[in-house]
Amino acid sequence: MVLLQVIVAGLLIGAVYALFSSGLTLVWGMMNVINFAHGEFVMLGMYVSFWTFTLLHFGVASFSVAAAVMLFILGILVYLSLIKHVMRGPMLAQILSTFGLLLVLRYSAFWAFGSTFVSLPENILGPSLNVGGILLSAPKVVAGLAALAITLGMHLLLTRTMLGSQILAVAENRNAAMLMGIKPDRMQAIAWGLSGASAGIAGALIATFFPISATVGESLGLIAFVVVTFGGFGSVPGAMVAGLIIGLIESLSAFYFGPVYQDVFVYALFVLVLWVRPRGLMGKA
Amino acid sequence: MAKKLFSILVYAAVLGMAGAAMAAPDVKIGATFPLSGNSGNAGKSAMAAIEIAAEIINNPHPGFEALPLGAGKGLTNLGGAKIKVIPADHQGNPSEGQSQTLRLITQEKVAGIVGSYQSAVAVTSTATAERYGVPFVVGDSVAANITTRGFKWTFRTTPVASDFANLYMVFLNELKSKGQPINSVAVVFENTDYGVSVAGTVREAAKAKGFNVVADIAYNANGADVSAQVLQLKDKNPDAVIFISYTSDAILYMKTFKSLDYMPKIVIGDNSGFSDPAFIKAVGELAQGSFNRSAWGVGPKDSVTWRINEMYKAKTGQDMDDTSGRDMQAFFVLADAINRAGSTKPEAVQAALQKTDLKADQLMMGYQGVKFDATGQNILASAYMIQLIGNNYIPVYPESAAQAKPVVPFKGWK
Repeated sequence: MVLLQVIVAGLLIGAVYALFSSGLTLVWGMMNVINFAHGEFVMLGMYVSFWTFTLLHFGVASFSVAAAVMLFILGILVYLSLIKHVMRGPMLAQILSTFGLLLVLRYSAFWAFGSTFVSLPENILGPSLNVGGILLSAPKVVAGLAALAITLGMHLLLTRTMLGSQILAVAENRNAAMLMGIKPDRMQAIAWGLSGASAGIAGALIATFFPISATVGESLGLIAFVVVTFGGFGSVPGAMVAGLIIGLIESLSAFYFGPVYQDVFVYALFVLVLWVRPRGLMGKA
Repeated sequence: MAKKLFSILVYAAVLGMAGAAMAAPDVKIGATFPLSGNSGNAGKSAMAAIEIAAEIINNPHPGFEALPLGAGKGLTNLGGAKIKVIPADHQGNPSEGQSQTLRLITQEKVAGIVGSYQSAVAVTSTATAERYGVPFVVGDSVAANITTRGFKWTFRTTPVASDFANLYMVFLNELKSKGQPINSVAVVFENTDYGVSVAGTVREAAKAKGFNVVADIAYNANGADVSAQVLQLKDKNPDAVIFISYTSDAILYMKTFKSLDYMPKIVIGDNSGFSDPAFIKAVGELAQGSFNRSAWGVGPKDSVTWRINEMYKAKTGQDMDDTSGRDMQAFFVLADAINRAGSTKPEAVQAALQKTDLKADQLMMGYQGVKFDATGQNILASAYMIQLIGNNYIPVYPESAAQAKPVVPFKGWK
């Protein structure tokens, strides 16, 4: 019984990791740009939710939308004002520019919101669900469902729609895409906007159970990179599977060996997978 | 005309200087805290408390006569000299702590220093003060090695980990003697300096007092999830769980307790995260009945502590916290020693500090007194147990300080 609860707890936090990472998959996997500031996008999504809840008394559904819209705009702004320009430079410039963006966003948040933790009311999504004696934390179940929905939506968008095909075409070969009449800047701006929007939704849902502070990207940011790499570059469903596997390993190793050793297991498996299969679980060769 | 005006001005200037020479010069005391950076809030709160202490000493405020120098006539043995607080921002950085201490000593020529919040900074700052032979009174940093290096110029008023650990065990034994079956404890701690050192002391004290330590869980305070830890606790089922945690992890523990429906009989939070107002705001209603430690209590209306809290509220807009209170107490102790020394000579102040013997009723904190041993540690430092009832922590043990009886078991969210 305890074992089952440990497994469920692991899968739930794994779903949260998948949700957190979903936006990152898009820009990293599709466009080969590493957005180090992704965790900071999620952090801003948390603050947008907190403030719309506190000032405008929006419920979860509405403040998730508010966070998605705000972060969609931020994603586009970041692309147009920063990424578009550094894309022309060397790889290192891209990496360092998003790292710089991370610091600017994190410390601006410190400046604007202070270093005090804030929280949404604890019961905003209701009590835990009891399924045959196994307790499922409501906010994490919702986060998991949202992660599934976003993963599925993004997958369908990329594989079944014209917009998705255009985004993929630009990712594959910018010049060829231009010859076909696709405007690459517009496609990439949209991809950044979508990435921001999913970070916003992730922030809104994570804020329902996680304390909000400017440093929240430190807690969750690194794991998002692991999830995306593990799942396979360019594979949205891969990130979902990877998130669940990582959550499960963390939970089991923390329970049996102690929380301080969980990273040993997670990263050992991570290195092993990359060694055997460098493109990740579901990545294209 | 101009010449006459000039001579009048010279006269006035000379007279002015003579006047200034007759009033005792200000006595400078350095205060080094993290006024910026991650712990900037804590440092600023402590600095506000210290400025209020200087204000109480420098100017008459009725109602503070019980405190040494509480009459508000300045340092009476130095001709009523006023105290001037010289702030120094060490940003939580040990090497910055060292250079700020050096600046306070060599440029500001302070008579003594108080500090430092972070133990790691106190360790380096006191080393500088030791080298220059200037008294340093540590108000709030609790790492053991601050006073175990044979220093002659370091004094520490705050209780340290072993005091807290003993307090917890004596308290648990007291509950046990009142009929609560408490035999096993779990220690859950964040795995950096603070958590590891306090947990080690708590573990030893528990074993010495005959408790069975059934779970010993180190974790990373930055982690995203604490479900596995809570399930471990659920599995081992200890009677009492002692947390040594920072804020976000303490909040997560209480939320996870609820989402996994786990309630130990007794929850003790070792200050830090459990004392953060953000903790009470976020999960106060899930953590009802959790115990904590403190040496600060606002006390009944019109008491000295109540008045201090009113002044603090007027200055900062919030109630004074335990950490700031401990720093304020350190400042009072140093000021009292300078006054008894009747001099700002370092040797005289050092000798006066060594002879310090303040009783409980001369303090604004709930220590049993202030008296330093050969290492400089206050041997009468102590704290009391407080319990979260509603949105406030109420003193519940020892009986001399209690405002209510401890309520067991832990109520949590029910």
